[in-house]
Amino acid sequence: MRTLQLRVNGEPVAREIPDNRLLVDFLRYDLGLTGTKEGCSVGVCGACTVLLDGQPVSSCIALAVMADGCEVTTIEGLAEDDRLHPLQRAFIEYGGFQCGICTPGQIMAAKALLDVNPHPSKEEIQGWMMGNLCRCTGYYKIIESIQAAAEGKGVS
Amino acid sequence: MHAITYESPKSLAQALSLLSATGEKGRLLAGGTDLLIQMRAGVRKPEQLIDAKSIPELQVLSFNSQDGLRVGAAVPCCRLIEDPAVRQHYPGLVEAAGLIGSVQIQSRCSLGGNLCNGSPAADTTPALIALGAVCHVASSKGTRTVAVEDFVVSPGRTVLQADELLVEFRIPAPKPHSADCYQRFIPRNEMDIAVVGVGAAVTLNGDTCTAARISLGAVAPTPLFAKEAGASLVGKPLNESTIAAAAALAQQIAVPITDMRGTAEYRKHMVGVLTRRVLTTAAERARAK
Repeated sequence: MRTLQLRVNGEPVAREIPDNRLLVDFLRYDLGLTGTKEGCSVGVCGACTVLLDGQPVSSCIALAVMADGCEVTTIEGLAEDDRLHPLQRAFIEYGGFQCGICTPGQIMAAKALLDVNPHPSKEEIQGWMMGNLCRCTGYYKIIESIQAAAEGKGVS
Repeated sequence: MHAITYESPKSLAQALSLLSATGEKGRLLAGGTDLLIQMRAGVRKPEQLIDAKSIPELQVLSFNSQDGLRVGAAVPCCRLIEDPAVRQHYPGLVEAAGLIGSVQIQSRCSLGGNLCNGSPAADTTPALIALGAVCHVASSKGTRTVAVEDFVVSPGRTVLQADELLVEFRIPAPKPHSADCYQRFIPRNEMDIAVVGVGAAVTLNGDTCTAARISLGAVAPTPLFAKEAGASLVGKPLNESTIAAAAALAQQIAVPITDMRGTAEYRKHMVGVLTRRVLTTAAERARAK
């Protein structure tokens, strides 16, 4: 057991956890931030994507202790004062999800992309997002949503 | 997952002293993108994880035209791929590192982790062998160097002793008119394990090849250095027939297995195809320099 100290969605957090606690379990069960989903459990599907010091990581194959002293951003941290993030609005406006399970991971990965490349081409979006699987949409609407958010279309 | 203790040493000396105290029960944690999957599945059960993140020696990334490239064992692949000197001088290494997983994986995975995991199909290992990379290994008793092609001894096992850790890779400076290339075959576009991977690095003097190294992944219990295949090109022009002869020599040392990713016959065939492709591309890159 150790006391983990970090920032989650801008707020300081201190929790006692065992060293083998996975980051996804820490977020979901210790902090109740169930927006982050666990899909494949082997770092392939992208559903559990969160930002660790701004970098997209698969929280199912990271230990919570690896985030000690870091800043973690989850889907719950994107909206500001009840105002949805442009990516969240775009996914709603452009039909970027159906069942919704993969959506938090899709949006966190897309946020990491737009943070480093605010105006990506379609090919750059496809290349970056290939680690986020979706079994409903066929991906077209996800790509359109990210393009729309990047262009500021219909997401004001 | 089983109970563990986690340490995050701030220096190499501290890490080595932890490792010499824990021995077989300890394991270095680089990005964890292989190790934590194996621990979740119960395949590996280290009692203590020693995180490389805060060990400065394992995070070195520097290049100069005399000594070449130094890459700390735990440098995340995303940092390596974005480095301008690495992109300019070692495009094959960038190709290999860029093939590992998604951006979520590349933000954590490392050359050292990829090698120490000991997979015969590791993508960056053939790229490192082609470049003649050398591993710098340390324990509390001293240091030693090991060529990358001698590092993996069987699937999942390496030459590292229980008290040793991989500190960094040293990759020779590129000679004029030299270049590398790495390609793999997988049945889909992304996010898969190599059916076959081939690396090559060539040096040209005019039309004549003065040095060539070829390496193979996923066609033997360990990544292979196809020494004779590379040597066959030295003193000759790189053309269709010399490249085909080198590819045939590379095929000779491949001893693949049949599994769900491909048959032994198909893998052997693909060694020939990919060796021809990577040699052709490496030669084009070397001529363009």
